[in-house]
Amino acid sequence: METKQLIQNTFLAGALAIIGISNAFADDSTEHKIQELQEQIDILASSLESGGAATTGWWDKTSVGGYGELHYNNKAGSDDVIDFHRFVLFVNHDYTDTIALFTELELEHSLAGDGKPGEVELEQAFIRFALEDGYTADAGLFLVPVGLLNETHEPDTFFGVERNNVEKYIIPTTWWQAGARLSKDFGNGLTVDFAVTDGLNTTDGYIRGGRQKVANAIANDGAYTIRAVYRGIPGLELGASLFQQDDLSQGASADMEGTLSVLHLVYKKDGFGLKALSGSWDIDTDTEANDQSGYYIEPSYTWDTDYGKVGVFYRIADYNYYSYDSESSTGKNNEKEDTSFGINYYPTDYVVLKADLTEDKAGKDTLSLGVGYQF
Amino acid sequence: MKPVKPVLIFILIANLMYALEDVYLEPEVFIANTFTSEPEIKTIWLKKDIKADIKELTGLDYPGLRIRYWELGNKRAWILEAIGKVKLITTGFVTQDQNIEEMRVLIYRETHGYEVQYPFFRNQFKGLHFQSNTSYQLNKKIDGISGATLSVNALTKLAKIALYLDNCVTHSAN
Repeated sequence: METKQLIQNTFLAGALAIIGISNAFADDSTEHKIQELQEQIDILASSLESGGAATTGWWDKTSVGGYGELHYNNKAGSDDVIDFHRFVLFVNHDYTDTIALFTELELEHSLAGDGKPGEVELEQAFIRFALEDGYTADAGLFLVPVGLLNETHEPDTFFGVERNNVEKYIIPTTWWQAGARLSKDFGNGLTVDFAVTDGLNTTDGYIRGGRQKVANAIANDGAYTIRAVYRGIPGLELGASLFQQDDLSQGASADMEGTLSVLHLVYKKDGFGLKALSGSWDIDTDTEANDQSGYYIEPSYTWDTDYGKVGVFYRIADYNYYSYDSESSTGKNNEKEDTSFGINYYPTDYVVLKADLTEDKAGKDTLSLGVGYQF
Repeated sequence: MKPVKPVLIFILIANLMYALEDVYLEPEVFIANTFTSEPEIKTIWLKKDIKADIKELTGLDYPGLRIRYWELGNKRAWILEAIGKVKLITTGFVTQDQNIEEMRVLIYRETHGYEVQYPFFRNQFKGLHFQSNTSYQLNKKIDGISGATLSVNALTKLAKIALYLDNCVTHSAN
């Protein structure tokens, strides 16, 4: 009996041991399989995330952007006008980690050609070099580093359907030149730019008309621009620019030295916003053109709604610019004062619908409506 | 054009022409600086509901299948990316107890708004959290950098994603 029991127990113990061992093998094997599967999933996911077997090429280093704006102006005593004012494409390309191309091509007023209202313009085309110690250098055709709108003018970044007239006639936005620029980021919110470029060409002192747009431009006299911008406190920007040209007439008349100085301020806190800019020319001439200056102040308030962001603004612009009529050979000072208020509505980021009402010095009202975008 | 000034400036440029990547902080260094000892590397898969939540929260279709993060105790580090205006910004976020402890811009490729890397801007992200687990509203507004609205928007959205993912991981661990 005892022997039988012993045999039975031994057999049972042996069977249990075999089951245990085989289970242990099964556990090891399952865990191993899971681990292997996990590794395979990781490899697969990494491959998918890095684009798998897709080829790479120039398109990886090239980006396309743009902006556009359609305007409708209803001015008392004038025809109503509707105009696709600007259609712009940016194409940028990175050659290396430190050398990149920036371009901006614009179609103004929708239709260009002989006798047509619009123009096709190359507004930016420069190579940027990223250098050591916060320096960058640009060479080519670029926007003059002056004021607020000249460099940043996508329609969703400013209030008002039309750009303000102080930056249009005094600065004169959009203003580009060709040459070289060196910028230094000091790492504490201060950036300084220094540019050497070709210059304006005006024999009478009408600044906006003096833009040569780097189109077979006369380059007898160059110009330099220096700008300092401080953004060291979030929401704040303070800027000061100086543009200097020894002879605005490019040698056509006695040296007509011109210096433009511009100060600007931007402050945004919560929904509150304030923009202010002041610009003034010092031109060495005996005509009324020696006195051209202007300023504007623009408080605003922006808030979020369930249907998108809404902003309202008010702006006072006071400016005086010289213009010249070549047909009558007469020049005159234009003393202006615009008061505007209006609304920007952003149904989604980068798309804006605008409306504003501007009253000029003579009391004439202009109602403007606009739609703009950037991408 | 009087030739002296351009010649001078080009000589200056030539002297400075040493290539430099726009990497402010190597991601590996960011991770090493964040933890006192070796963190565990973990992964959160971007399942359908997580992608949908991120989309609702930020409007972004966050690419990829999963996000890797580093964890030691209840401190986590995240490396997240979003496009500013046209180019990717690579950021590092440190979260702890559903708060952002730190935001660092690791790689910045945009031409404007590089000020977002500096302490006066990024310090605003310290202590950022959701007002509640259901509303996903941030407890304070991030003041922007003039001329870099799009980059600031992108960073604010990434902060929301970091807090949301931290929330997901915390709740799935519990």
